[in-house]
Amino acid sequence: MATTTAPPTVINAKLNGQDIQTKPGTLLINLTKELGIEVPAFCYYEGFTLQAACRMCLVQVNNSPKLLPGCTTMVTEGMVIETESPLVVEARKSMLEFLLVNHPLDCPVCDKGGECELQDMVFKYGAGESRFVDIKHHEPERAFSPVVYYDPARCILCYRCVRVCDEGYGVNALGVINRGVHSEIAPNLGDQLNCDECGACIDICPVGALTSNTYRYKTRPWELKHVGTTCAHCSNGCKTTLGVRNDEIMRANNRDSSGLNEEFLCIKGRFGFDFNHHAERLQSPLMRIDGQLQPVSWSKALSAVAAKFLEVKAAGGKFGVIGSNRTSNEENYYLQKFARHGLGTNNIDHARTGDVVTLVDALSGKQGKLATMADLYQSKAALVIGSDLSQQHPLLAYELRRNWRHHQARIYAMTPGPVREDKYAAMKARVPAGQEIAALEGWRDQLAKEGELLILFGDSVKGEAVRQLVDFGESLGIPVKYVALVDYANSRGAIDMGLTPELLPGFVPSQKPGLTMPDMLDGADLDVLWIVGANPLERRSLTGKRPFLVVQDLFLTGTASEADVVFPAASAYEKKGTVTNVTGEVQRLSAAVKTMGAKADLEIFGLLGKEMGLDLGIWTADAVFAEIRQNVRAYNVTMPILASGGAAPTTPVNGRVNVEMRPDLIQSAGDTLFTSGSMTKYSQVLNSVPERPGQLYKPV
Amino acid sequence: MFNQPSPHEVKILTRCFGVENSHRIDASLAHQGYDGLKKAIEMGADAVINEVKASALRGRGGAGFPTGLKWSFIPRTSPKPKYIVCNADESEPGTCKDRLLIQNDPHSLIEGIAIAGFTMNSNKGYIYVRGEYRYLIAILETAIAEAYQHNFLGKNIQGTGWDFDLYVHSGAGAYECGEESALLNSLEGKRGTPRLKPPFPATHGLYQSPTLVNNVESFCAVTHIIRDGAAEFAKHGPEKSGGTRLMCISGHVQRPGVYEMPLSTTLPFLMNEVAGGLRPGRTLKAVQPGGSSSPILLPEECNVGLDFDSLAKAGTMAGSGGIVVLDDTADIVSYALRIISFYQHESCGWCIPCREGTTWLKKILERLDRGEGSMKDVDLVGELAKNMFGRTFCALGDAAAWPTGSIVKKFRGEFETKLAAHQAKQVSAELVMIG
Amino acid sequence: MSLQLSEATQARWQKILDSYPEGRKRSAVIPMLIFAQDEIGMITRELMEEIARRAEVEYLQVEEVVGFYSMLRKQPLGKYHVQVCTNISCMLVGGMDLWHHACQTLHLGNKQTSSDGLISIEEVECMGACCWAPAVEVNYDFHHHVTPARFDEIISELREKG
Repeated sequence: MATTTAPPTVINAKLNGQDIQTKPGTLLINLTKELGIEVPAFCYYEGFTLQAACRMCLVQVNNSPKLLPGCTTMVTEGMVIETESPLVVEARKSMLEFLLVNHPLDCPVCDKGGECELQDMVFKYGAGESRFVDIKHHEPERAFSPVVYYDPARCILCYRCVRVCDEGYGVNALGVINRGVHSEIAPNLGDQLNCDECGACIDICPVGALTSNTYRYKTRPWELKHVGTTCAHCSNGCKTTLGVRNDEIMRANNRDSSGLNEEFLCIKGRFGFDFNHHAERLQSPLMRIDGQLQPVSWSKALSAVAAKFLEVKAAGGKFGVIGSNRTSNEENYYLQKFARHGLGTNNIDHARTGDVVTLVDALSGKQGKLATMADLYQSKAALVIGSDLSQQHPLLAYELRRNWRHHQARIYAMTPGPVREDKYAAMKARVPAGQEIAALEGWRDQLAKEGELLILFGDSVKGEAVRQLVDFGESLGIPVKYVALVDYANSRGAIDMGLTPELLPGFVPSQKPGLTMPDMLDGADLDVLWIVGANPLERRSLTGKRPFLVVQDLFLTGTASEADVVFPAASAYEKKGTVTNVTGEVQRLSAAVKTMGAKADLEIFGLLGKEMGLDLGIWTADAVFAEIRQNVRAYNVTMPILASGGAAPTTPVNGRVNVEMRPDLIQSAGDTLFTSGSMTKYSQVLNSVPERPGQLYKPV
Repeated sequence: MFNQPSPHEVKILTRCFGVENSHRIDASLAHQGYDGLKKAIEMGADAVINEVKASALRGRGGAGFPTGLKWSFIPRTSPKPKYIVCNADESEPGTCKDRLLIQNDPHSLIEGIAIAGFTMNSNKGYIYVRGEYRYLIAILETAIAEAYQHNFLGKNIQGTGWDFDLYVHSGAGAYECGEESALLNSLEGKRGTPRLKPPFPATHGLYQSPTLVNNVESFCAVTHIIRDGAAEFAKHGPEKSGGTRLMCISGHVQRPGVYEMPLSTTLPFLMNEVAGGLRPGRTLKAVQPGGSSSPILLPEECNVGLDFDSLAKAGTMAGSGGIVVLDDTADIVSYALRIISFYQHESCGWCIPCREGTTWLKKILERLDRGEGSMKDVDLVGELAKNMFGRTFCALGDAAAWPTGSIVKKFRGEFETKLAAHQAKQVSAELVMIG
Repeated sequence: MSLQLSEATQARWQKILDSYPEGRKRSAVIPMLIFAQDEIGMITRELMEEIARRAEVEYLQVEEVVGFYSMLRKQPLGKYHVQVCTNISCMLVGGMDLWHHACQTLHLGNKQTSSDGLISIEEVECMGACCWAPAVEVNYDFHHHVTPARFDEIISELREKG
């Protein structure tokens, strides 16, 4: 009588003499990693195609003299694995000896020194001397782009760079040319790169073959203090680890692959920190004296502004406050408190870039409908509407692509122009802004067949269209989650913290909605206009009566140039606080450096409030955040997650948000990988790459 | 035809060589051309595979894998398209037989491929011809056109309802493309680097579909096996190495050439009776029985059968059937250098030990060839070869390390002599300078 | 300047492109490269871009194979490219000496071309003529049993042809 045996759920094997158990389908190299045993490897990199090309991971299996690569060998029942047998030890030594045949002894001049995987491996597994006495094969270094340099002699041809660029980012800008020992990595234009200039290839390179031109020869990794913080640019909320020396940011990366973004960073996160030490950073308050902005002391500036504010308040005058997409939650909360309790006004707004408010209202009564970053990677299907993700939300693009690669997720792209998702989308369509809801009907049957769906939408879906989109999603009969795309590092936080005339923090409708930003700029006859971290007057002027203009910013922007008083603000990399990303996850900012003369916006609010004799509370980030946790619905987050550098999800109000829909206020800045609003012109790197808009190459 | 046939040959695959216009279908049909295909259609796929197994045919490209067994691995009922790929990338130094088969009897190759196509439910086949064999492409394309005309290729072949298209694909110079997975990558338009196995080409071959890859001679042999029966073929060789093969003997023999010999042939017989022995006054120094990739044999080791298992037992291999004979005039150090230079040039560069190992070995052997170095360097060659062997991604690394290691081991004395001679010259040159 | 290819090469290109299944045009890249090189004399950037377009691949994917395959070259060689094998079977019967003879009599090094552009020479690997060694290939024509004297004859014949 035949019996069928169920497939095994556990594999028993022996590892270095110990009995172990593991799941079927486990790779030997992952088994050893789990158990804390190192099997060295260059070309193996989790998440990318297996190669077994470097031969470093050779281990002994079942006492056979023929060693097997750990990165491609599946652990099977009864397998006997030795990772430290004499044969394995000798094989590793000789493999490194082979690798060092042509690898130059560049350590003294190589940027990778101190964090080089080859150095580490040679120390651990290599011989003390090399027996090679002949001439090494050598090719000179070359510049692939203003950012990426390649040294063929150092290259160990592990092809990690090729895979991260192709598989990870879908850009495919790096390839391999020539044969044998003459093999080299080559850029897609022959001698130059046309790519995202993200620098992932540089950080994934185990040696100093690919190096950063912005970091070249500047310092040694052990001289740096590494501070993990959240990127100051787009809304995706990548963690970026700043390497700081003597109060200067020397580089940024995320070599430890921690944070929501793991190994991902774009050019802005990795190189776009250079705005921070731009020569034009404001380092002193400025006051308009005799028609000219002149440097003054803090006390003079603060007392002048305090006096003016008190004067206007006493006379019952009109205030206007325009907040920022980039300031921290603490700063936003304190500013709206200042405005509402300190100045008695609800005229507070910011440049809104996505219709989060209508989405939250449309989702009233439902649970768990707002997606987190993890959903980008886990969801079985995703629908992208109106946004070129790889340009505007590169981490989201990366996660979706990773989801497709690892889980065969089905991606749907409905955008006005071609997007990178087209290459692997289950379905794609070119639909002009405003016509997406109608076009979606054609995809209804297909989408309804998915197990679940994640819908991401840009600023072309706003107001009533958001409600219609939610109706559509909910009518599919499958679990659906949503993401309203917003532009900048704390655009979500600006809304959550009530930098809006109609909403208080936590989506609580205001009893008496104030003026919106367009209103404030046009004929509002304000007596005071206070603009914090925003630049609405770069390309247009105020109309109507000219108010007393106070501006807080990093640079003398077009708006600041019009001010009566300018306060020099600290950047995101110079202060403590929290920001909320596009998927509503709160992460902390860590102060990495200081710019002399600049102060955090929160501190400026506090000092100004003190000068005015207001009682708005202690102005430290910790104290304000404690208050936020108590008072703002959805922000009762777990402190240990934040403190350890993690991302804490917020759970916004689950109920109606009874405010007037204002789709006319919503407009995305439409940034690309190489722009970041007003900060763009202050980043030398962003302005040096050939792919930037208006230059020679089209973005890939 | 480039050499006189030998009376000792058993001419099965080469039966039509020398017939006028043997490459045209009329000549082929006059010699039972395509009878094998018709028989295969009659027999059915299972019977065909069993027949190939029974013939004890071993792959003629170099690895010597049992062909029947390889054929049985193809999932014939897979919903994916199946492909037949003929490896005509003949590049093993010492080997020049596939060229002759294509030139003189292309129809027997086409027939063998068609038999495979029928057996595997395949509708497309490719013949990957090395770039240097350009003149064979015209011959093949003419023969293929003729086969189409006679309904041995194309639609509804011989009324079976089965379609099969056959194409010729040109390479552009890369020894590594003779490795079947590298060949498939090359056929896909990529660099000729080998693939991870498993999965094997049988299930994930060309375009990740089930693919049968066989050498030219293997396909030709199948034609005769199916037409005349397995036993007729198998009887010419030992139990596990059936049939005849086109043996290429070159180097220091009087009658170098390609001879179709039973696999029961011994090396001394081939060398002396068939190839006319050494040149007058010379003595035997060494033989590489399986092309440049095979460990070298000393004269006292040469009394061995030329079948796959006998040579394996003797610590070497039959490979692609290229027997290279060296007499006492050969400089074994230069010979070793030439071998390693070849592998260094052809190394695809994918894996560290082969790419760097062949480079290093070449540099050492260059010095040794100039007489510069010490016996420590000779020892180092042996050790590096040992460190490469079995640790590279594909067999090219083994092919480089194995013969090199065998040469420095077995001919250590010659290296010593060459180094000593150079030393002596240096010393006397210095003396001249001083004196 | 746009790429001009003869009708014969264009026809060959089309035949190549039609050989592969739907969506697999990349397979055509290497054959297209070598057949075009026969006409143009070398692989130019223009040619690579055209092939990338026709085979529906990225330029980088064409670049990746050009440097890998020995027969493809980015520099022009002679009208008659004379390839001398010095691998083991040829070496044993004088292949190396033949190569030195070629270098000396023609005053050329490896992959160098005569000043009139007519003759270039290359030391090559085994070309599959081991049993009729020494072997020489001129473009795609095989010559067997080539002695230094026979070599000189071949060169004269080539010079006469012009």
